[in-house]
Amino acid sequence: MTHLQVTGLTVRHPGSRASLAAVDGVSLEIPSGTTLGLVGESGSGKSSLAGAIVGLVPAQGGRVLIDGREARTRTVRDRRRLGRLVQVVLQDPDTALDPRMTARQTLVEAATVFRRLDRAARAARVTELLGLVGLDPRLADRLPRQLSGGQRQRVSLARALAVDPGLLIADEITSALDVSVQASVLNTIRELQRRLGLSVLFIGHNLPAVCHVSDTVAVMRHGRIVESAPTETILRTPQHPYTRALLASVPSLGTSPSEERTS
Amino acid sequence: MCLPSGFRRSPIAWATAFMLASLVALAVAGPMVWGAAADRPDPSVVLRGPSAAHPFGTDGLGRDLLARVLTATRPSLLLALAAVLLGAGSGIIVGSCTAVLGRRGRRLTAGMINLLLAFPALLVAMFLAVVFGAGTAGAVLALAAAGVPGFARLAQTLAAGVAGTDHLAAARVLGLRRHRLLWRHVLPNIAEPLLLSATTAAGTTLVALSGLSFLGLGVQPPGYDWGLLLSQGLDRIYAEPLPALAPGLAVLYAALAFQLLGEALAGSVARRGPAPRAPAPTPPPSGPAEDGLVLQVEDLTVELPTPGGTIQPVRGVSLSLRPGEAVGLVGESGSGKTLTALALADLLPHGARVSRRTLRLLGADLAALTPKERDRHLATGLSMIFQNPASALNPSLRIGTQLTEAVRAHRGTSRAQATAEAADALRRVALSPALLRSRPYQLSGGQRQRVMIAAGLMTRPGLIIADEPTTALDVTVQRQITRLLTDIRRDTSAALLFISHDIALVGEFCERVLVMYAGTIVEAVPADRLADGARHPYTRALVASVPDLAADRGRPLPTIGGGPPDPLVPAPGCPFEPRCPRRQDHCAEQAPPWQDFDATHRVACWHPEPVTAVLKTVARS
Repeated sequence: MTHLQVTGLTVRHPGSRASLAAVDGVSLEIPSGTTLGLVGESGSGKSSLAGAIVGLVPAQGGRVLIDGREARTRTVRDRRRLGRLVQVVLQDPDTALDPRMTARQTLVEAATVFRRLDRAARAARVTELLGLVGLDPRLADRLPRQLSGGQRQRVSLARALAVDPGLLIADEITSALDVSVQASVLNTIRELQRRLGLSVLFIGHNLPAVCHVSDTVAVMRHGRIVESAPTETILRTPQHPYTRALLASVPSLGTSPSEERTS
Repeated sequence: MCLPSGFRRSPIAWATAFMLASLVALAVAGPMVWGAAADRPDPSVVLRGPSAAHPFGTDGLGRDLLARVLTATRPSLLLALAAVLLGAGSGIIVGSCTAVLGRRGRRLTAGMINLLLAFPALLVAMFLAVVFGAGTAGAVLALAAAGVPGFARLAQTLAAGVAGTDHLAAARVLGLRRHRLLWRHVLPNIAEPLLLSATTAAGTTLVALSGLSFLGLGVQPPGYDWGLLLSQGLDRIYAEPLPALAPGLAVLYAALAFQLLGEALAGSVARRGPAPRAPAPTPPPSGPAEDGLVLQVEDLTVELPTPGGTIQPVRGVSLSLRPGEAVGLVGESGSGKTLTALALADLLPHGARVSRRTLRLLGADLAALTPKERDRHLATGLSMIFQNPASALNPSLRIGTQLTEAVRAHRGTSRAQATAEAADALRRVALSPALLRSRPYQLSGGQRQRVMIAAGLMTRPGLIIADEPTTALDVTVQRQITRLLTDIRRDTSAALLFISHDIALVGEFCERVLVMYAGTIVEAVPADRLADGARHPYTRALVASVPDLAADRGRPLPTIGGGPPDPLVPAPGCPFEPRCPRRQDHCAEQAPPWQDFDATHRVACWHPEPVTAVLKTVARS
């Protein structure tokens, strides 16, 4: 339900050479209720871009418009206003949750950031959130180390959804997961998007996974977006040589080893 | 607090507990029992030496020194604790603030901490004690202030670790306020090491505080603590050593108690984890050798002690590799595939026990070799390539040194010859020999993994075990590495055991695939049949859950419900039974036997999938 527009966003990391920008004048748009997939290799600037949108990484130039309003992150008040609209789920399921807080504590904390909830409402909200991401409510009182990687990633997803954001940024959320677990997390993302009308920025390096959930795919390399098109178009007629190289590198069970060797 | 068992067993821990208990008892009871005697002047026995009535002698007003030393326990300890609490408390707040402040605030605080650290703590304490004025409050404040920079730096370092975690970033995006981030997310996660060092600091602070009192900057008469008693006794130490020694020994005793407590706590934190077990007995000789096999393993089982009990992450794995063959080992995390590889290379973590019926590498029975011969045989016959090239290379050594190490140690090759071979190995993996002089940080991830492969090639191994060698790399680089491994296999006829969770990747470039689930191999299948001819329901489900570029995006991906079994409670039947769509009653009771379909395709399942289901997949693609 949230429209994101990024224009000419530039991020330079302090210490690196001035000529090298992690994000180099990137412009992209996510119409409300759609999913944009962002693919690229590690170091291509995907995570810096995500961080810059939510204010975790300072941007050196460009604008981020959310529903037409400039996103600001200088003061806590600005950050809170942005947090209501945009939430982020990060890559590493090992550090994504506070190791000393149970899933319930984590979710209650997130659910009460903007709203006061009494005891009964809190319990109901935790059950609702866990249900939303397909987790058994009985897992609520477990600590992160008692949960599997996929379960932890779902709890962080539920935490992000606790404030009812309009835009969800998912930064490599399936990279550390097994294929079978990845499949169910991907299904959850699609399901959520359909049910809640979320706009999603789905970042990843696994092209098939990104394509599976995205309406539009943008390919990023060296801090720039080299190609951006609807998913079907990218898959059928990739324009940029780098996109073609990416597509060609995807392992597929359809090809036999002999074919691969000659290609 | 519940102390771990290692703590309860150690004699030092008992001594520490006794010393602390005695100090607490004295601090509580001392003034009540001996307080009156300590303050009662007796002009008839001024400045006496030890006697039956006054075991430590008397002071200038004829007060009993033993009573005074015992009574001084309370003020000495309380003042030291107050100084530590104040100093550590403010230091920790200042230091951990850096994790939640904005960039400018963080830089400013860090700079301030650095500046303050430059001054020696004890000098600062003495200077401040003079500035604040001689007296109890002044001394405590001075010591507290002197302790702040040290604690601030420690807390800053620890908090920086938390600040980099994803959960703090997520909490920040949620819009939590700074004080809440600090109290809820930063402090609880760094409390443990800080408590330990505060305990140790209590001992040093006690000594420092006594020092200030000794110098006349601390407790002022008529009050007294150990330091002041020491100073008063020192005037006549040559005539009567005991009045000076007794308070000195008291200081030593208390300081030692705090130090030991810190050590014992730190030790118990470090020891937390399973206790080491007795070394494994020598395995019996292997079964009969089969000709022409690079690796022959039968019935490999690994036992691993965990806090919850002993588990068997690998149970009865058998596999064999022929020269030049590429075999994939797939399974989800925790299925035991990496432990299988480590067991083959004799690299299991400490405490693990391995048993097997047969383990032959290049025809030699590893059970029949002496440990030294076995190490040598493994080092030259087998190479391992690990998942993370960033940590697999020693960051401080040049590439050349790391490449030539193994051949120089095991083959006695000369330096010049080894360097020439290393240059060849680098060329083989399409890197320039000029890299011999570089260090790991100068290379990219893909280059490092090539160096690892080159290092593996140096000993001309018969078997290469690659454990998730491309998982940390990007897809385009992954493709280059798998191609490289294929070429090497063709050129050197080395066998390759390729371990990965990515079934598509394994299926694409291996000839045979072993599918592992919960510590056992459930299916061995030729790679070309993986896409549509797999017979085990788990293999089928795994293949189906891979997102395919050609798949219909409107439909959800097939998933496997439930999770892998708990390794602590192994079930008697098929491990996949609870999640299996084809399960029947006896699946839970009896482990399925192997069924051979042909020489290369076997499956451990009571009810393998029929072959006909294949047609659907073929028709779709």
